[in-house]
Amino acid sequence: METRQSESGSAVLEEALGVALSRRHVLDLDDFSRDEIEMVLRLTDAMKEVLGRKIKKVPTLRGRVVANLFYEASTRTRVSFEEAGKVLSAEVIGVSSAGSSAEKGESLLNTALTLQAMGVDIIVIRHPHAGAPHFVARHAERVRVINAGDGLHAHPTQALLDLYTIRDRLGTVQGLKVVIVGDILHSRVARSNIWGLTAMVAEVVLCGPPTLLPPHMLRPAPGRPSTAGDALERVRIETDLGKAAEGADVVMALRIQKERQGAQLIPSLREYARLYQVNEEKLAGAKEDVLVMHPGPMNEGVEISAEVAHGARSLVEEQVSNGVAVRMALLYLLSAPGMWREADD
Amino acid sequence: MATKKQLMGPDDVRRALTRIAHEILERNSGADELVFVGIHTRGVPLAGRIGRLIRDFEKKEVPVAALDVSLYRDDVSSGRRSLVKPTSLPVDIDGKKVILVDDVLYTGRSIRAAMDALTDFGRPRTVQLAVLMDRGHRELPIRADYVGKNIPTSHSEDVQVRLEEIDGEDEVVLVRGGE
Repeated sequence: METRQSESGSAVLEEALGVALSRRHVLDLDDFSRDEIEMVLRLTDAMKEVLGRKIKKVPTLRGRVVANLFYEASTRTRVSFEEAGKVLSAEVIGVSSAGSSAEKGESLLNTALTLQAMGVDIIVIRHPHAGAPHFVARHAERVRVINAGDGLHAHPTQALLDLYTIRDRLGTVQGLKVVIVGDILHSRVARSNIWGLTAMVAEVVLCGPPTLLPPHMLRPAPGRPSTAGDALERVRIETDLGKAAEGADVVMALRIQKERQGAQLIPSLREYARLYQVNEEKLAGAKEDVLVMHPGPMNEGVEISAEVAHGARSLVEEQVSNGVAVRMALLYLLSAPGMWREADD
Repeated sequence: MATKKQLMGPDDVRRALTRIAHEILERNSGADELVFVGIHTRGVPLAGRIGRLIRDFEKKEVPVAALDVSLYRDDVSSGRRSLVKPTSLPVDIDGKKVILVDDVLYTGRSIRAAMDALTDFGRPRTVQLAVLMDRGHRELPIRADYVGKNIPTSHSEDVQVRLEEIDGEDEVVLVRGGE
């Protein structure tokens, strides 16, 4: 059958949708192609429209069960998955480590298998150990897994909402200069954003004190697809924030965890703020309409000035509201064994 | 090997839409309170065309909106998903006469989904349905109020509507057999 061209370039997207529908899990962005990300962002547009309605509810996932399995503190990610599931009419179960059998020492896998036996379709996992969602995905065969943050490793849904927010404001991600500032070494947000931004052909600059920058991250690990090397060629390191911000379209500040102070990685929060706080002065050389992002929660006055955090350049609130729409798109994609058809009746 | 038979050419499509526009005006005694809602994908340009015809006949703008029904389909949990497009219904439909527009009426399930979607936006006074092609085989008690052309088909056949706005030309073809 000849290809039916529905709207511009959508034949490619339909193919990407086929790929996305055969996807079982969302564990990181390193296995997402540019087309697949673009497809998720398009679906997010439609989901965002639903969130703007008077009645924010569609019946799409009636009868599906989503479990939020959180072994680590989280407000926005947990709540936004909950909201995303509810808007799509899925049943949403919240399981946190405190108050569950995890306190009695039940293993992660047994908890996941229990949820699977109860008929849960999608498990959203946040865990302090890198690889925990991958482990569950490998061993619990009937559930779909979404990584909501694992240790220092990955936070793919945050990166997707960051990409969506940038594209929503600037129309595209391709060719933009995006600076990520702060504790890159301990940031799963930075790691997933690097995969996502480079897949979308943005230029990425990592900025922070040398003790918090991981030079090894810029070398493809053994076993990575060979394209990873090419992607990483679009990533640079710069330790001077003023220089890094020159000509930037987007500056993303990361939360500095206060415990880094004691670990001799930064001399003091004051010293850190003096050199790496995203504020008007440091943004002087950036594009005039530079946008500022932060994954939250923010330490205002440390990694970001209150003035910038709440100013006209700030996308912080949009990041939060877009987070719900992105997670709706992912739940929709993973909600059933894949099959794609254009509505024709 | 698939065989194709043309059911309508560009002039047939234009005449059918012109007739439908007149029928809509006749049955509703004018264009007051009408809102046209096209169902993605090909119902959207069709709704736009009928809306423009009515503007030309009555010298009056009528609101035209776009609705995506993917999120309301009853077969999502059995796996059917599509690239959902944003719905754009910027007008209040409370108390209005909504004309749903789609390209092909077949099982009726899209229309059922569209009616559910409309209820989330308001309470129209009436909902009427206009389609370019009706190919039969309804699975639900749904019928069209305005039909461009009725064509008896078998399940193994496919009716494809191609429109200039999306496909580069206006044409309706019946595809038999093959892929």
